[in-house]
Amino acid sequence: MAKGRVEVREEFCKSCGLCVAACPKKVLRISDSINPRGYRPAEQFQDGCIACGICARTCPDVVLTVYRIDE
Amino acid sequence: MSETKVFGMTPTWRRDVHTHYCPGCTHGVAHRLVCEAIDELGIRDEAIGIAPVGCAVLIHQYMDLDFIEAAHGRAPAVAYGIKAVRPDKIVFTYQGDGDLASIGMGEIVHAVNRAWPLTVVFINNAIYGMTGGQMAPTTLLGQKATTCLSGRTAEANGYPVRMCELLATLEGPAYIERVALSKPQHILKAKAAIKKAFENQVNNKGFSFIEVLSTCPTNWGLRPVEACQWLEENMIPYYPLGVFKDFE
Repeated sequence: MAKGRVEVREEFCKSCGLCVAACPKKVLRISDSINPRGYRPAEQFQDGCIACGICARTCPDVVLTVYRIDE
Repeated sequence: MSETKVFGMTPTWRRDVHTHYCPGCTHGVAHRLVCEAIDELGIRDEAIGIAPVGCAVLIHQYMDLDFIEAAHGRAPAVAYGIKAVRPDKIVFTYQGDGDLASIGMGEIVHAVNRAWPLTVVFINNAIYGMTGGQMAPTTLLGQKATTCLSGRTAEANGYPVRMCELLATLEGPAYIERVALSKPQHILKAKAAIKKAFENQVNNKGFSFIEVLSTCPTNWGLRPVEACQWLEENMIPYYPLGVFKDFE
């Protein structure tokens, strides 16, 4: 299965959690850090991303970019 | 080892702008789907949007497109004016339920009936968002709002309006579909529907109307993920998804 990676534009995240709920592999979570707007941004906290892109399609603020790692 | 971008930002979305929407509001998803449809069809230079009055009033700050701000509910009338003088342009309106289904009800019915090639994206979140959660024409029976504190009742407030079914009875429209943004699979269908609505206008096929069931976590008083579940459980049974009219 493809391996992937999620990049978060932390400054624009509003901590809504829709990506965390949508991720089929549960590799995302709300982090403990705080961005300049006072929200806790989402982060990828473990391996296992399959580069499906569902999190990015669910995000209302276009903060997620999904990359597939080609080996 | 190299990397391929699977999904990223579409060029029409303005990169450095914070949207003013509440966390978890699916307006952002609808904006992105419109941007993606425009970029995939390559009509960014031809597209002219009509901004509504409502939560999406600042849509022109989030999309790198030409926009005109219309008076409350009058976006279809402005769109007709633009299409009349510049028939080569791709004209679309993006309206909420307080705008299109309430004060703009007259405009949309006559706009649909005139059947020129235009695209209307109608966001239905069953409440007035910008003004603070008042009852909208689309508020469900039993749903609480700041102007029906114990829930909407048919005796006092009448019944919620189903816009797609209403407009599908007219001869004018070429394409009417209702989609939702509560789940990834619904978002994919919404993307296809919005793209088709723009494609119809590019091919001069007539009026396209897309109703998008959207969430309003703040005024519904729910967390974003709960709001998506609430939409699934309450709105979709009353507002069934699907194609109501298709010229093909």
